[in-house]
Amino acid sequence: MIQIEVNNRPIQANEGETLLTALKREGIKVPTLCHLEGLFPSGACRMCVVEIEGVPGLVPSCAYPVREGMKIRTHSPKAVRSRKTIIELLLANHPDDCLYCVRNGECDLQDLAQELGVRQRRFQGARSSHKMDISSPAIERDPDKCILCGKCVRVCEEVQGVSAIDFIGRGSRTVVGPAFDEGMNVSSCVNCGQCVVVCPTGALREQSGLKRVISAIQNPKKLVVVQHAPAVSVTLGEEFGLKPGADVMGIMAAAFRRLGFDRVFDTSFSADVTIMEEAAEFIRRVQTGGRLPMFTSCSPGWIKFVEQFYPEFRENLSTCKSPQQMMGALIKSAFAEREGVPPEDIFSVSVMPCTAKKFECERPEMTGGDAPDVDAVLTTRELSRVIRMRGLDLKALEPEPNDSPFGERSSAGKLFGVSGGVMEAAIRTAHFMLTGKELDRPKIQELRGLDGIKQVHLEVGGIRMGFAVVSGLGNARRILEEVKAGRNDLHFIEVMTCPGGCIAGGGQPLSANLAAVRARMKALYEIDETSRVRTSHGNPSIVRLYGEFLGEPLGEKSHRLLHTRYHARDVLQ
Amino acid sequence: MSPAVETILEKYRNAKRDQLIPLLQEIQESEGYLSREAVARIGRHLRLPASKIYGVATFYNQFRFQSNGKHHIQVCRGTACHVKGSAKVLDALKRELKIDAGATTRDGLFSLEVVACIGACGLAPVISINGEFHANMTPDATRKLLRAIRREEEKSHAAD
Ligand code: SF4
Ligand code: SF4
Ligand code: SF4
Ligand code: FES
Ligand code: FES
Repeated sequence: MIQIEVNNRPIQANEGETLLTALKREGIKVPTLCHLEGLFPSGACRMCVVEIEGVPGLVPSCAYPVREGMKIRTHSPKAVRSRKTIIELLLANHPDDCLYCVRNGECDLQDLAQELGVRQRRFQGARSSHKMDISSPAIERDPDKCILCGKCVRVCEEVQGVSAIDFIGRGSRTVVGPAFDEGMNVSSCVNCGQCVVVCPTGALREQSGLKRVISAIQNPKKLVVVQHAPAVSVTLGEEFGLKPGADVMGIMAAAFRRLGFDRVFDTSFSADVTIMEEAAEFIRRVQTGGRLPMFTSCSPGWIKFVEQFYPEFRENLSTCKSPQQMMGALIKSAFAEREGVPPEDIFSVSVMPCTAKKFECERPEMTGGDAPDVDAVLTTRELSRVIRMRGLDLKALEPEPNDSPFGERSSAGKLFGVSGGVMEAAIRTAHFMLTGKELDRPKIQELRGLDGIKQVHLEVGGIRMGFAVVSGLGNARRILEEVKAGRNDLHFIEVMTCPGGCIAGGGQPLSANLAAVRARMKALYEIDETSRVRTSHGNPSIVRLYGEFLGEPLGEKSHRLLHTRYHARDVLQ
Repeated sequence: MSPAVETILEKYRNAKRDQLIPLLQEIQESEGYLSREAVARIGRHLRLPASKIYGVATFYNQFRFQSNGKHHIQVCRGTACHVKGSAKVLDALKRELKIDAGATTRDGLFSLEVVACIGACGLAPVISINGEFHANMTPDATRKLLRAIRREEEKSHAAD
């Protein structure tokens, strides 16, 4: 512990940390535009400057280490003026499009202009006029709104290990984009949306599915069905001022009905189906000498990552479709049959914490025949927008249950929302399938928490096996390289594209910091602790689905509806 | 990949990332421009993502990413030409061809390059098309010249 003085008040700081970290802990807000929690500071924007006694000029607090006895002024006239000038310069060529901008009301640039009292255009620059990139099914790029903070570039490279985008050109003509300034759709972008989450402006955003969903709801001929992913119920509340981790499951179901959805299903239910299929597939691979380690396949960013960077590992991917796509296939088969509705009259919507799901539902393998299994994907953020649009007050809604037959879930399925959850759920069921008995302790502590790589060796059904859980594709790269180099103690590896899993997905509320992600994780584990049914095979609705419709896991119907294949992709890497 | 590129890469066998620029220069010299394929190949060689290579390369004016057109137009932006209005000539070219400097028209007929003084200051402002100088250019003269070339091309096309 060391002592520093901030704005004439003594505060404590930890040796080796940056000024910004110490200030944050004390609740002193210094604005930042290029700072990224957990990554090496770039010092690019200089919004975070403060004055230090005896140090000439202003220093960027995000990159400056604390030192014993230093005296800091965070809001001296000089520091504030400098910040204001930076914003004014950034606005010089900005489109001033706020009224029509998706980020209106949640834009860092707008907030800072407001906080710093910018009331006029002090610098006139030529407005930038770059072409918009709407080629990708998941991510839209509007370079005119880009302030070149570089966060997206760093996340894509340092966290995701993808490097789909970088700065192009120089000077006032600089933009951020993929190689050869091509469309995102043909780039190595895996659609994870992590760049969208860190972008301080509207320069990166999801491709919106709202229009299509609203017009389907207004079409009387369509039966509109919605499924919601495990991680959505514990984050949606944040958009409406609830604290991170608040579970609004029942309220959300009520809201869906007010919005005009005809049926509300829970993707955690189809996650249970995924576990039945995936555990059976894993056991089969182990018993018949199939390709190991097996990789989970529920995260579409990860799938594309393997297809383009590591095609030699395609066989290692589980053939299971993701829970979203399993639900989609079941809705247009089992559900359609049961309701006596032709599948083409069903419009199937899913609400996901994820932008890559928009890409996934358009994959040719995911469109049974000509009609897609899932017609439109909304992110958690888009759901909050349509709730606001319709003037619904979440606090005034009474919780309601999901609909049957796909509304009842086990907490194992719910755990899909957090990194490590799929593996825990799969081990619970694989153990049961092998031994006919339940695990003594369903909780596998080693696979929990926010570390990027977690591993454990366990005996399951008399066989000692290695399990690893990875989140963030940069970490996935590390594990793949180890396996490539001959590491062979691992049998089953769960990979989630986003660091921490879907609770920190690219479609989630933008407010997320590490503390919020931790609260979301805690919420999911609490649901598991208090749940009556904690295994997928123990979910009565699952037992019924197999009894009445699917038959056996890996059976003929499962094979046709619930499993898929992968293809090598030729993209400029 | 062309054998010439492989030969160059062979020379840079143990190259590190800091040799990216000279490597790009050499490949451009040999191939005339940096193709997608060349960038992908260089990326594998240096273990660098294509987006990074493209980013670095576009930072400098010297790199091209399309092959030259059938008629390669160089616009002099040297001092003498500048004083006599080469900016307007460049503008007219860009507008008429609908491309930026460094690019090639979609039909492959024209490409545009901005160069420093080409040593014909007496003729300023001057442009060169496939090495042939055109003196005292104005925006109007530029447009006429381009249209004449296009007409010629169409005629020879019709004759085919
Ligand atoms: S990015 Fe922000 S400042 Fe720019 S138009 Fe959108 S809301 Fe306004
Ligand atoms: S969506 Fe993901 S992969 Fe694509 S550019 Fe953004 S961070 Fe990179
Ligand atoms: S697109 Fe957004 S995150 Fe990326 S550099 Fe521009 S403003 Fe920053
Ligand atoms: S946040 Fe410190 S320089 Fe950008
Ligand atoms: S300046 Fe144009 S030829 Fe010398």
